[in-house]
Amino acid sequence: MKAETMAQTITIEPVSRVEGHAKITIHLGPDGQVQDARFHVLEFRGFEKFCEGRHFQEMPAITSRVCGICPVSHMLASADAGDRLLAVEIPDTALRLRRVVNLAQIVQSHALSFFYLSSPDLLLGYDAPPAARNVLGLAAAHPEIARRGIRLRQFGQTAIELIAGKRIHASWAIAGGVNASLSAAARDQILAALPEAIETARLTLDWFRASLPSHDEEARTFGHFPTLFMGMVTPDGSLESYGGRLRIIDAHGRLVADQLDAAQARVLLGERVEPWSYLKSPFLKALGPDEGAYRVGPLARLNVAQRCGTPLADEEFARFRSLSAGPVLGSFHYHYARLIEILFGLERIGELLDDPSCLSTDVLARASRNRLRGIGMSEAPRGTLFHDYTVDEDGLLTSVDLLIATGQNNLAMNRAVTQIAKAYLHADRLDEGLLNRVEAGIRAFDPCLSCSTHAAGTMPLVVEVHDVNGATIGRIDRRA
Amino acid sequence: MSVTTLTINGRLVSAAEGASILDVAREHDIHIPTLCHLDGLSEHGACRLCLVEVAGSSKLQAACMTKAVEGMVVTTDSERLRTYRRQIVELLLAERNHVCSVCVANRACELQDLAVSMGLHHVRYEPQAPQLAMDASHPRWIIDHNRCVLCTRCVRVCDEIEGAHTWDVMGRGRQTLVISDMNEPWGDSASCTSCGKCVRVCPTGALFEKGAVATNKDPHFVTYLRMAREQKLWNR
Repeated sequence: MKAETMAQTITIEPVSRVEGHAKITIHLGPDGQVQDARFHVLEFRGFEKFCEGRHFQEMPAITSRVCGICPVSHMLASADAGDRLLAVEIPDTALRLRRVVNLAQIVQSHALSFFYLSSPDLLLGYDAPPAARNVLGLAAAHPEIARRGIRLRQFGQTAIELIAGKRIHASWAIAGGVNASLSAAARDQILAALPEAIETARLTLDWFRASLPSHDEEARTFGHFPTLFMGMVTPDGSLESYGGRLRIIDAHGRLVADQLDAAQARVLLGERVEPWSYLKSPFLKALGPDEGAYRVGPLARLNVAQRCGTPLADEEFARFRSLSAGPVLGSFHYHYARLIEILFGLERIGELLDDPSCLSTDVLARASRNRLRGIGMSEAPRGTLFHDYTVDEDGLLTSVDLLIATGQNNLAMNRAVTQIAKAYLHADRLDEGLLNRVEAGIRAFDPCLSCSTHAAGTMPLVVEVHDVNGATIGRIDRRA
Repeated sequence: MSVTTLTINGRLVSAAEGASILDVAREHDIHIPTLCHLDGLSEHGACRLCLVEVAGSSKLQAACMTKAVEGMVVTTDSERLRTYRRQIVELLLAERNHVCSVCVANRACELQDLAVSMGLHHVRYEPQAPQLAMDASHPRWIIDHNRCVLCTRCVRVCDEIEGAHTWDVMGRGRQTLVISDMNEPWGDSASCTSCGKCVRVCPTGALFEKGAVATNKDPHFVTYLRMAREQKLWNR
């Protein structure tokens, strides 16, 4: 942007009701119109560096500490990378149980994102006062929805605990399989809780679908643009969350690449580093950072898949896909996709646990390190997660590269913020409802920036307008 | 055998000749915290956690290394002792890189147990954060010097029970390291019999099995082996 004396920057910091700490700056041109907007991630964790020198078999337990919301996703991507370093095929039951835990993780995290973080916007409105626009305000205004949302998250967390031993930061998946088999009692307990969870998912979908017309404007402006999409599928193109292959499609639904394993996908992706954010911006190398920007996560997964593969979710999937002739481009529909994935996850958990083989005690393949590089992946709630390890002959890590889902949505999130700001913000109208939409647009992606969760409350939001010399010329402070 | 009579915490107790204060205290259910001590191995006196007060001496004595003497008056628990013991555990935690949350020995670690028993929830000393390597050259086990407290249980069990003396200690002060053979990679050791005793007696996660996410060390096999050997249980 050319340095004009009239050019201004609007800063939203911190962005609230996302997992982690971030700020948004909106850059106004000399004409007072939005020129550009940026989503800054202000945290630096350093896992890639301080894991160097550790043994790869420790990594599932170490990297599960990256995040308190999706520890399972890191544990499973790490164990998958470990499987590849051992060069073993893990027992069927281990893969089955890892899938169940990953789906339970997706269910609980999606429930957190939808009910705790985003539904206050959807149900109470973007212009509701911040003091009430949170999960507590939701519980006061819509107690049944809040209660069901909390119970649904509890279902996912309890299933993780029953299978992996701990709800958060379990050390259960290891290179070669898992370290504990499933008891019949635990399986029965999970299956017994399924019907209520499925009912919640269906009721929420019914309500959300009915409310869609009232969110038409958001659907058009909250990051509605063409990008590539990447997500995991089964060999026949159905939705998959673990142990599958990746598919990339373009904005018209055409296949760009299909049935890629993690290593094949990794070589297709480049990363751009911006001086203003700790979050790297991956893109498809062959197309460059602009054309090669892609989205991952629920919306992307439902766009790349031909079907979910479970009966109830497939009924809803058909309605979802009818929103658009090609892939669904509006990032607002991450919410819709998230709800469908909850339903799919619950149904698939039932299928996976109905098979008696889930109780087999043959859950670990033992081997020594047989390769020097292993790239593993899982579909985390927020999208594809890669763990890329290089080790020495003793299995000690010489390089660690974690490519996280939120990072892969980075370019799209910046575009979404710019689009929302252009639609709603003008220099002379700095009211909160408009700025809340910028935050809500980011929230649709459910970015997870660290291990910290701010589920129960609204963090202070400060918006500042700076001129090109850095002087503050306007300020809104929610704490005031 | 003659019997020695002494006073511990105001209680008159009797001890077999040659018994240490620690032996006598344990025999009478008087708790003294320890870390380097392990039943069945020789005493080393390295950790200083078993320090006790002996009347007539201004210096604190290690209960494991001090013989019970006729008429001795011993105090095993006082504000002064608690302060020192707490400092010792804090210094151990600050000396190397003890991160319980990602350690294989989490919830099965004697250093962690000591910290918990003392209500230690933070360390006042600056972490030294040394950059120490791991040796993963052995096919089954790893030694992570970051978690080593230099108790030398591994050295003693290897020497006294297995008879291999693969492990020893090199250097002094904060440079001290447990080494295998002549400071060669463990996997290249000619003396190591891969018996795994060292891994089982390690009180922390410094010695652990590859692929393990949790460990249950249970070092009581040492007393069993020694007893069986002394009583010739295996001789036909």
